[in-house]
Amino acid sequence: MPLLLTEEQSMLRDSARGLISDHAPVAHLRKLRDSRDEAGFSRELWATFAEMGFAGLLVPETHGGSGLGAVEAGVVMEEIGRTLMPSPFLATAVLSAAALTRAGSAAQQSEYLPKIAGGALLAALALDEGAKHRPLHTALQAARSGNGFKLNGAKAMVVDGHVADLLLVVARSAGAAGERDGLTLFLVDPKAKGIAIERTIMVDAHNAARITFDNVEVTADHVLGDVDGGAAVLGGVLDLGRGAVASEMVGLSEEVFGRTVAYLKERKQFGKAIGEFQALQHRAAHLYIEIEITRAAVLKALQALDADPAGAAAAVAVAKARAGATATRAVQEGVQMHGGMGMTDQFDIGFFMKRARVCEELLGDANYHAAQLAQLRGY
Amino acid sequence: MADLDTFRRETRAWLEANCPPEMRRPMTSDEDTFWGGRNAKFSSEPQRIWFERMRDKGWTVPHWPREYGGGGLDGEQAKIVRQEMAAIGARAPITSFGISMLGPALLKYGTDEQKREHLPKITAGLIRWCQGYSEPNAGSDLASLQTRAESDGDDYIINGQKIWTSYANYADWIFCLVRTDPAAKKHDGISFILFDMTSKGVSTKPILLISGRSPFCETFFDNVRVPKANVLGTVNRGWDVAKYLLQHERAMISGMGERGGSRPLGQVAADSVGSDAQGRLDDALLRAEIATFDVDEAALAAAAERMVDLAKAEQGHPAFSSAMKYYGTELNKRRHELLMSSGGIDALEWESERSSEGARPRAWLRTKANSIEGGTSEVMLGIVAKRILDLPGA
Repeated sequence: MPLLLTEEQSMLRDSARGLISDHAPVAHLRKLRDSRDEAGFSRELWATFAEMGFAGLLVPETHGGSGLGAVEAGVVMEEIGRTLMPSPFLATAVLSAAALTRAGSAAQQSEYLPKIAGGALLAALALDEGAKHRPLHTALQAARSGNGFKLNGAKAMVVDGHVADLLLVVARSAGAAGERDGLTLFLVDPKAKGIAIERTIMVDAHNAARITFDNVEVTADHVLGDVDGGAAVLGGVLDLGRGAVASEMVGLSEEVFGRTVAYLKERKQFGKAIGEFQALQHRAAHLYIEIEITRAAVLKALQALDADPAGAAAAVAVAKARAGATATRAVQEGVQMHGGMGMTDQFDIGFFMKRARVCEELLGDANYHAAQLAQLRGY
Repeated sequence: MADLDTFRRETRAWLEANCPPEMRRPMTSDEDTFWGGRNAKFSSEPQRIWFERMRDKGWTVPHWPREYGGGGLDGEQAKIVRQEMAAIGARAPITSFGISMLGPALLKYGTDEQKREHLPKITAGLIRWCQGYSEPNAGSDLASLQTRAESDGDDYIINGQKIWTSYANYADWIFCLVRTDPAAKKHDGISFILFDMTSKGVSTKPILLISGRSPFCETFFDNVRVPKANVLGTVNRGWDVAKYLLQHERAMISGMGERGGSRPLGQVAADSVGSDAQGRLDDALLRAEIATFDVDEAALAAAAERMVDLAKAEQGHPAFSSAMKYYGTELNKRRHELLMSSGGIDALEWESERSSEGARPRAWLRTKANSIEGGTSEVMLGIVAKRILDLPGA
């Protein structure tokens, strides 16, 4: 398969780009931040996303979605990255929709998937606990209790956790932290007794929450997939999410780079455009090359996720590691080359730097994924 | 799609049946490369068998037209052949500047007669070519070259000197940039000409490099008589041909570090450094550097694949091969730094059978030229800045 977007995928990109650039330029995020918006995203815009079929992009057609794949999810994420639009797309339409599609019972799928596709239900994946992304180190305890379980523990960096109508909670039902066996996914009502949700205002003005679970009772019906066998489903879902976040970072990097090159051509010092200085030309050229190579690596991973999800791990590790390193370089060069203006809140460049830092931590940073690749290659 | 699946199955089966097992092992010495040419010798029987089978199949250059000895394959099919060869670790049957550099320029600019004369001898490995571009005073500023070709009836008389001519001492023919109009602006008076290295007045002198080897020569032209019919493209428009060829050369150099089918670098490092109880390389920082290298190498491979696909779809940027040349050569230098670091003191031996006559340190030193030959990294970045980013004054 050529490492290019198909005609249909290009059309999807164009329609996503049109919608997002019209309705959610960076000023949209700035406004949500400055007004301390309660939701942290635009519900109206999410309804439009649903009407255009984006909310149900990965939901099977039998449940009212489009039944599309990783490449299409990446296409939308890349456009989100260009304007930093806060959106439930990642948590609801990618991570949660994929988990429910892959592991949900028939009843669970019919209950939740049509609502996700219709934009009526927001969901969040409650996974990380420590400072760094370590899925197998999940310690939130699921202890058997009657026919069900009792959940005890705490989650952090739950994207959209404060607005979600449904939580997908990763818990340890057996084994010790670090072990692959013994993880179970639960579908939990955020209003259930014993749950406390604290919205955490993050550096990038996007949505996240800390959630504590104090003897939260769930029944066997709330288990998503197999008890103790959650790691397999989770692995595939996280890889899809990593491909999606990597795509967002490609969009972010390219946008920040485009703005920076435009500034190099426009800003004059010593009587000429600063883009005439070779010291800056070579750095800009190097950054361009890094971004193009990362774009190829990310598309490679997305195509692999669609063609052979189980064999995509290495390609995904490469993509997320590259995207992290590239976006970090892009925003650093972006601020530096904008000089003093790059340090001002009035200029948008800083927003990109902040979002890149969060994307880097989401679902594993460049170090995590480089180490994953080393492990996969046996050294 | 179904046709391509069938083609893939047939290709796999043919390679399985025809590629000798010895030709599926990573190359370990210079002798493992077959270059072709009038004086070519095969270093082993499997090498001969593999080359001849591929030649007869048209697969020394799968995507060239059949009439010139190519395979007549389209881009997708040629990609499948590459992928299936990589899957079994099959070596290239021949390494040839005729294939990777001159051929694309001949196909684009050659007359029918020139194509019929030269292309079949390239696909069959009969003629080995070298490239006469750089001169002592024309390196990064290549267009300032001074080797002159003066008109004399139906011929040119060529005088001057080239340098860094790869394997000129083994080559049968040269493709060469010469100044045919000294009065014109520097880019406008250059012609691209082909001639036989056995012509009277041609001499070569190998240059000893820091690797202790001599892959490059100085090449001297003393009143060399060459027919005007040997000019490729238009007289005084040789710079267009040169630039077109450089795109292919740079794409080739960017892929020089690719090691299809060989062991991961981290495992090679583990041979000398050792592993801990979890099987991790017993040097955390080296492991991290190698892992980061592996990430970048895999990403570059994807970018190389995408560059070919973009070109096929006519969406590629002609200067992008400069981007790939820059990144690929810098990456290959990193690979060899890591190999040296992994080998420790074992990688320092220069002369011994144990070290294959210092193969590792010599290869390490050789890679330092990667970011100089075919245009320095700095020139590549300048081209990207000017032609792709459109930065002012670049």
